[in-house]
Amino acid sequence: MSQEAAVQPLKRTSLHGEHVALGAKMVPFGGWDMPVQYSGILDEHQAVRQAAGLFDVSHMGEFRVRGAGAEAFVQHVVANDVAKLAPDQALYTQFTRPDGGTVDDLLVYRQPDGFLLVVNASNIAKDWDWLQAHKPADVSLTDESDATAMLALQGPKAETILAAIAETPRPLTQLGSFRWVDGRVAGIDVRIARTGYTGEDGFEVFSAAEQGAALWRALLEAGKPHGLKPAGLGARDTLRLEAGLPLYGHELTDEISPVMAGHGWSVKPQKGEFLGSDVLARHKAGEMARKVVGLQMNGRNIARQGYPVFAGDRRVGEVVSGTFSPTLQLPIATALVEADAAGGPLAVEIRGQKHDATIVKLPFYRRPSI
Amino acid sequence: MTLPADIRFVQSHEFLVPGPDGATIGISKYAAEQLGDVVFVELPQVGRKVAKGESFGVVESVKAVSDLYAPLDGEIVAVNDALAAEPGLVGEDPYGRGWIVKIAPSDASQLTAAGTMDGAAYETFVGGL
Repeated sequence: MSQEAAVQPLKRTSLHGEHVALGAKMVPFGGWDMPVQYSGILDEHQAVRQAAGLFDVSHMGEFRVRGAGAEAFVQHVVANDVAKLAPDQALYTQFTRPDGGTVDDLLVYRQPDGFLLVVNASNIAKDWDWLQAHKPADVSLTDESDATAMLALQGPKAETILAAIAETPRPLTQLGSFRWVDGRVAGIDVRIARTGYTGEDGFEVFSAAEQGAALWRALLEAGKPHGLKPAGLGARDTLRLEAGLPLYGHELTDEISPVMAGHGWSVKPQKGEFLGSDVLARHKAGEMARKVVGLQMNGRNIARQGYPVFAGDRRVGEVVSGTFSPTLQLPIATALVEADAAGGPLAVEIRGQKHDATIVKLPFYRRPSI
Repeated sequence: MTLPADIRFVQSHEFLVPGPDGATIGISKYAAEQLGDVVFVELPQVGRKVAKGESFGVVESVKAVSDLYAPLDGEIVAVNDALAAEPGLVGEDPYGRGWIVKIAPSDASQLTAAGTMDGAAYETFVGGL
């Protein structure tokens, strides 16, 4: 087992004490000391698929964009079209580079006075520098990451659990996907968004950092009768990979465009020029040298990040994410491969031996429709 | 958890328990906890000769893969086929139903050789990790 060298002291979210008290196994992640699991990855994964799980995602970054030029600026730095966002709406997008590569992926929430950008923890400093470098004078940026707690309540029981204790202007049951509303939970001012990263229905709940622990305890208590369990980064990763959701540093990098990663649906060159729009339009037209494919291993060995991928004797790429799928009960992976090899057949080299893989359309898992 | 009285551990976290049909080999409770949920164990062929320190298989958990190292020289005389259907036994019952292989030692003196630890010494060893 590898140990990451601690170059700097790890940062802690406001919920760190809660995790330790629950007996979580803590690991370094993107500069943060985070819970990888509590009761076990498989157990937490099943809880989210069948009942509900609660995740501390306070390590994620929150930037506010305000000013007369806010919308034009966000349109310039992201690939999706925020002009169409309703006042209570959020969307998934990416900061893209002029060469089409991905700086980060994020959610953009329209706010009364501009936009809220929720970015990956490991990229907070990088994104901040990127935005500052492209920001015009009529836009102000504020980093609210340290002041904000963020919890993700995910799973088929999430609505029942949260609706029972949330005070909102209209019933939570009427809150649509990718919509947000301000309210109160256990006397705490919160912003509730119907968003998530697990492939299940669910919510992300924001509060002031100092109230994060009280919010966490209130949600755990309310969810207990419904089978809610605290869930760590381990289950978050297996859940998101089954759901075909990209993780920065894996399916998306400075070299991998959102279109190459299979998320071209969120890239909108038709909205007008933005960073990388010309390159991304060509990617959408199919002019890509490499692309990400989903793989299901035919055997039991798990293909992991960095393992080489072959088409016959030709090395055509490598695995970017790989794990055991608790839902499918077999190994799944994503791999970045040369586009002409993306039709298969492919094999993954695992400890010197080639193991056959089947190319599957993403996502690996889609939640049952109601 | 009570340990078999004559159990020995090595620093790579395998254990061995001497027996009439070879030493039973598995991984320690500590190692299994570090790995997390075990989802696959790659077992060697029965009859394979292994040298002390040689990798004879792997344990895959959701998060990581870990080599299994032979704690002594000898021949694989049995593998735990139950792990194909229930790899989680490695973590749930490491010293019982979660055993991995049996190795007939080329020389019985290896069973208590220098470099192996009894249960108490191993506990001290992992306490310092």
